[in-house]
Amino acid sequence: MSEMKRIDRRVALKWISSAAASMPLIGSGQDASSDSAKAPGGKGYGPDPDLQRVYQPGDLWPLTFSDAQRATMIVLCDLIMPTDDTSPSASSLGVHDFVDEWISSPYPGQKTDRNAILKGLDWLDEEAGRQGEKDFVSLDGNAQFAICRDLSILAKKDRKAFPGSFFRRLRDLIAGGYYTTPEGMKDLGYRGNVAVAEWTGPPPEVLAKLGLEPQA
Amino acid sequence: MPVIAPEDLKESYDAVIIGSGAGGGQVAYLMAMEGLKVLVIEAGRMVDPTREVAMFHTPNMAPLRAESTPDKQYGFYDHSVESGWEMPGEPYTNASDAEKREFFWWRQRMMGGRTNHWGRVSLRNGPYDFETRTRQGVGLDWPISYDELAPYYDKVEMIAGIFGANEGMENSPDSSPGVLLPPPKFRAGELLARDRAKKKLGLEVVPVHRAVLTKTQDADRVPAKLHPSNAKAQKLLAENMRMRAKCFFATDCHRGCAIGAAFDSMTVFLRPALKTGNLDVLPNAMAREVTVNDEGKATGVIFIDKVNGGEHHAKGRTVVLAASSQESVRLLLNSKSKTFPEGIGNANGKVGKYLTDSVSSSFSAQIPALENLPLHNEDGVVGQQAYLPFQKVKELLAGKLGFSGGYKLLTVSGRKLPSLSTGKSFDAVSEAEGIPFGKQLKEEARRYYGSFQGIGGQGAMAANDDCFAELDPEKKDRWGIPVLRFHWKFSDDELKQVVHQQETMAAILDAMGGRFTRPPDTEDPLKAVKEGGKTIHEVGGAVMGKKAADSVTDRWSRVWEVPNLIVADGAVFPGTADKNPTLTIMALAWRAAERLMEDMKRGDV
Ligand SMILES: Cc1cc2nc3c(=O)[nH]c(=O)nc-3n(C[C@H](O)[C@H](O)[C@H](O)COP(=O)(O)OP(=O)(O)OC[C@H]3O[C@@H](n4cnc5c(N)ncnc54)[C@H](O)[C@@H]3O)c2cc1C
Ligand code: SF4
Repeated sequence: MSEMKRIDRRVALKWISSAAASMPLIGSGQDASSDSAKAPGGKGYGPDPDLQRVYQPGDLWPLTFSDAQRATMIVLCDLIMPTDDTSPSASSLGVHDFVDEWISSPYPGQKTDRNAILKGLDWLDEEAGRQGEKDFVSLDGNAQFAICRDLSILAKKDRKAFPGSFFRRLRDLIAGGYYTTPEGMKDLGYRGNVAVAEWTGPPPEVLAKLGLEPQA
Repeated sequence: MPVIAPEDLKESYDAVIIGSGAGGGQVAYLMAMEGLKVLVIEAGRMVDPTREVAMFHTPNMAPLRAESTPDKQYGFYDHSVESGWEMPGEPYTNASDAEKREFFWWRQRMMGGRTNHWGRVSLRNGPYDFETRTRQGVGLDWPISYDELAPYYDKVEMIAGIFGANEGMENSPDSSPGVLLPPPKFRAGELLARDRAKKKLGLEVVPVHRAVLTKTQDADRVPAKLHPSNAKAQKLLAENMRMRAKCFFATDCHRGCAIGAAFDSMTVFLRPALKTGNLDVLPNAMAREVTVNDEGKATGVIFIDKVNGGEHHAKGRTVVLAASSQESVRLLLNSKSKTFPEGIGNANGKVGKYLTDSVSSSFSAQIPALENLPLHNEDGVVGQQAYLPFQKVKELLAGKLGFSGGYKLLTVSGRKLPSLSTGKSFDAVSEAEGIPFGKQLKEEARRYYGSFQGIGGQGAMAANDDCFAELDPEKKDRWGIPVLRFHWKFSDDELKQVVHQQETMAAILDAMGGRFTRPPDTEDPLKAVKEGGKTIHEVGGAVMGKKAADSVTDRWSRVWEVPNLIVADGAVFPGTADKNPTLTIMALAWRAAERLMEDMKRGDV
């Protein structure tokens, strides 16, 4: 494959430093944990569901979280997607209920997430115990944030090993759950999904920033 | 509307068509418009895109944020019901489970078939694509030339409504003047790609051709061109064209288009055809075999009523197979009789042979120039807008590239409707010590959203002896019908093409100033290439040819052995070009139906 080396030299790709191993791939990041929590009940929506109906968590299959787990998830939602100057927090958008819906899914694709998240919630309380508190929600905000930060570093080092793997999937679900709400989309800067009479392409200020001529 | 149940079947039809997708819809339309009595047998349910699709719903309104599940394998809102790679009770098998030796088969059981959610990219095969054997020494030549098919491309483009531009590029043909609708303006990433690819690599990024109405159709002129001296057809087509609105530049076409701006078989073909009164459509009916009489003529179709399992026989003077290429192969192989003990058309053992798909790979990068752009709506005609036709045609034909098939590159960029995976999509570029979360994630998301550029390559694949379908000797589906077993293997020729795809994609992304998370897969193209079938451009298995000895159908898509049976889907393709198949399926179907009607008029069938 001498061809390849030649091309590589010519192309001289610019590498993104340490992220080389962590290219986000849809559907990856599954937790390998074998600790199987009780399987969820309920049935899927079948091959021909009503597409126009608006569904709420709990409409199609029973949810899982106890009151305590739900309270912990609310705290986690706001650690992972907090309120800032421009947008609200994940819990104010009900993202914790989405996480519950997700891990309660009767489909096989969510099973590893269910195991990882339920095990992770227990782990957080144990960690709080090691720090002399009753449970994770009883810790003060700084301590909670510090645990998340440590977990986020573990998650980057090794995407498979628990508890980093738990935090990675938790973050994926909360951040993804957030950016799929209208408020989250707005914060991201998505301005579409509105019918317009004409599509005129990027506005002049975008072209100016890119140094490109207006389109014919 | 004559949507019927098995007990309403007429005694006999001029044509019994199996399948209502691109090919079956096209034939049903033309024959019903021309006054023939036509039956469409469709395995799926009736569909009404004007009422049932969810265009503007955001993912938070769906179960599981609209992510894919075994029930909805392209995601909740995709307009594909009863569809998937795997379907309960309807298995298929593979002869090998080695790496990249399996073939994946996407099926879609609903009126209109896969046209309800296809990408609508509609490119003509070029003149050289019909001469693969002669020009490249591999695969098969087609028994027809580009020039013979060109008028039918024009017709299909006029009825479907295709946007695009005539660029005058070698082997990527122009349409006749006035046929194409105007292409949409490019998005920021497409403009940047066009500028840098041209300046640094001498490559052209041009508007793709897609079946989306960027302008309302010309209902005053087109119907007379398509149906000269047929006033009724002209009126019905004009009426249908006026019912289709122009694209409103929002909402993913894969979800279906309630306003009729995007092409699907129901909106464009079946709706006006049903108004002729000449067409019966029979949903929920699974065809099992084509019946023949002692002279070897097709007499009709045996099907199973999926509602109650009952078996019925629909009779016709002619039969049209359009169940999607591999399903049509299966029907031919399962149509065993005294006259055709190996299945119809299979005396030479060629049914099932020469299965091909696009040779595909992809690559992506983050483009700093696209960070922090002033906020704006980039939906456009949601989906593909730009592409790079294959531009090294001369070198390829001269044998200088070391492989035989060209490829096109599809650019994917833009500030798209977010999905669940958006939350993790910034990890590779994040400056956080760990995976980003909290305020830092929100800041980085605002900066990087919309700054990623992907490129997908789709290349030609020549017919060969390693890729084919046959009946599995044992396995049957839930109705007791024998299922297909696939054989698949990528050749060195194809893998060399993949290396070249990867190099070119990396060069373009680099020219755009891209930052990469991994090198292009040039060392291990087998890893990079998409599995067989995964591009969902599978064709072949009843290929057309010049001689009965080495093909299944003739140049008019008529089965050599049974001239009142035509194959109107991709099964007749003697190979895959670097163009998507569906426009060619429809052009061939139009041409085949026209010929069949002439044969009937002359009393030949
Ligand atoms: C996600 C996706 C994107 C795509 N994008 C593009 C694109 O951009 N450009 C392009 O050219 N192509 C694209 N394609 C491919 C395109 O959809 C197909 O080439 C095209 O629909 C094939 O038409 P067809 O008539 O052969 O089959 P289909 O459209 O699949 O229709 C076949 C019909 O026959 C019915 N049927 C099957 N078996 C039986 C039976 N035994 N009895 C009765 N009925 C039966 C099925 O239910 C179905 O309705 C895409 C496909 C997918 C899935
Ligand atoms: S983008 Fe246009 S053509 Fe596609 S679904 Fe939306 S309105 Fe219809």
